[in-house]
Amino acid sequence: MKKTILTSALALGLAMGAAPSFAETYFPIIAKGFSHQFWQAVKAGAEEAAGRNGVTITFEGPNTEAEIDKQTDILNAAIAKNPQGLGFAALDSQAQVPALQKAADAGIPIVAFDSGVDSDLPLTTCTTDNMAAAAAAADGLAKAIGEEGKIAAVIHDQTSATGIGRRDGFLNRIKEAYPKIEVVDVQYANDALKAADNVKAMLQANPDIKGIFASNEGAAVGLAVAIKETGAKIVGVGFDSGKSQKDAINEGTLIGSVTQNPVGIGQCVVDSLAKALKGETLPKVIDTGFYWYDKSNMADPKVAAVLYD
Amino acid sequence: MSDTTMGKTGTGKSALLSAETMQKAVAFVVLIALIAFFSAFAANFATGANMVGIMQATAVNGVLGVAVTFVIISGGIDLSVGTMMTLTAVMAGIILTNMGMPLPIGIIGAILSGAIMGAISGAIIAKLKIPPFIATLGMMQIARGLALVFSGAKPIYFNDTPNYGLLSPESSISKLIPGVEIPNGVMIMFIVAIIASIVLNRTIIGRMIFALGSNEEAARLSGINVDRWKILTYAICGGICGIAGLIVSSRLNSAQPALGLGYELDAIAAAVIGGTSLAGGRGTVIGTIIGAFIMSVLTNGLRVMGVLEEWKIVVTGVIIIVAVFIDIVLRKRT
Repeated sequence: MKKTILTSALALGLAMGAAPSFAETYFPIIAKGFSHQFWQAVKAGAEEAAGRNGVTITFEGPNTEAEIDKQTDILNAAIAKNPQGLGFAALDSQAQVPALQKAADAGIPIVAFDSGVDSDLPLTTCTTDNMAAAAAAADGLAKAIGEEGKIAAVIHDQTSATGIGRRDGFLNRIKEAYPKIEVVDVQYANDALKAADNVKAMLQANPDIKGIFASNEGAAVGLAVAIKETGAKIVGVGFDSGKSQKDAINEGTLIGSVTQNPVGIGQCVVDSLAKALKGETLPKVIDTGFYWYDKSNMADPKVAAVLYD
Repeated sequence: MSDTTMGKTGTGKSALLSAETMQKAVAFVVLIALIAFFSAFAANFATGANMVGIMQATAVNGVLGVAVTFVIISGGIDLSVGTMMTLTAVMAGIILTNMGMPLPIGIIGAILSGAIMGAISGAIIAKLKIPPFIATLGMMQIARGLALVFSGAKPIYFNDTPNYGLLSPESSISKLIPGVEIPNGVMIMFIVAIIASIVLNRTIIGRMIFALGSNEEAARLSGINVDRWKILTYAICGGICGIAGLIVSSRLNSAQPALGLGYELDAIAAAVIGGTSLAGGRGTVIGTIIGAFIMSVLTNGLRVMGVLEEWKIVVTGVIIIVAVFIDIVLRKRT
């Protein structure tokens, strides 16, 4: 198996003294971005695990989630540093496989996170099941509108794995489980301001909409702004957390949201790499989990721990 | 048409003005035609609430468009207006939320920080002789980076500044004239446009900006301190970006440090659609506001009609090219 080959290659590398001692173990973590709150939470988790495992990490990402080429540059630079392990969240599940192959050839263990890579190079993938998480959002929305009526969705991006996964997870669940619900509109908006104007136009076109799903933090903030500005009596459901969204749920502007476990994703990446270095075998996918949360369970310690401001 | 005769018989300057008036008129006709089209073919488009929605969606781009109009008329370009807006919003957040200062200080701080950053852009262009495109491309990244650094890459909320909503979503005018629910952010855009128009057309600042854009060398030879006016132009642009930063952060009740990239292109498009020439020396603030309205009417109308987002982007691109083509045709005629 490839995994075994990788591990033995690494063991060989260590034995030959090619890699620095464990005290200097270094893992570059390459995310899809860094300015988004979500990535800051992943970073916090990774740093916590780095401290616990006594390793050094760096956390980098491109400016926007469209810059696949920039991310590849960052990846190549990281591989050139001959790290002892590599954490990688691919912007494109296929485009960056050749670069990853270089890392694998050099015997660097790879752990993918957030969205997967179409290859068996990563030892494991620490991720949220986006389809299942968005289906939970669909259930929450459906329940709140009495399982019938018109609804719509505002999605953060039409090309990335998370955008597609959440959109399809939401739409499929509605189609399969709620025959009396009709999805009348799906729009895209990559920041809060655009999402707000988008949602207002959707409500204008379909005044009888009963609920709207927003697929990430920015979209959810925009959805809440639009509901507030129009005073529309609709059910808003978000994704991820952040202070704006939490406030909106507490005020009742949004009825609930689905949170991933970004801190857990960050910890999973570093912990998995550390385990790989010790020669432990890892499962193909590690589901870091998600929670539906609303006013009733936001204070629940289990949920509160994965919500971020 | 009277414009044609003016073009043939008038002096160079009045011919230029006529082309300008002409394009403004064309832009205005396009705007009215778009509104008429969507009113006829998009159910639910022509409602008061939607008109307010369109105005609100125009406010940020309109103000940024006015900012960049100053620079474009002077013969320059400013690619940093979007991220500059974000940086000033973050500055307002730091002053109001982190430091707990009163609202007026936050407003002044946002506008002043924009003006200072703008002046730095201007100084880099004037003194270091770096082309405006490059200098402001650099400034775009600097502003974006600083916004992330200063905010710790986290949104800053304005929950402790209870009146912050006055800067955008709330409607003060509806309290004076009941039924006119125009949000303050939109009113601020109109006020900025009126003041900017006066500055450009009635003051020495405006005359100098037009002189720079028409023929910088001639301006220099006639003894104008070109560098100083250039720096001032970019400072004005930055200051107006500060106003946009206040409007956007008030509407979202938060300074979102990751927002703003790409907004510069919409602002430039609004100016160009409104008849401001990228060659400099020609343009109007009213044209830019009309241009910004054309963009948001188009976006909103296509959305209300249910046209795919992807096609909406294509149509916006076509409109920009058509607008510039009209500009070229009009210039040839004069």
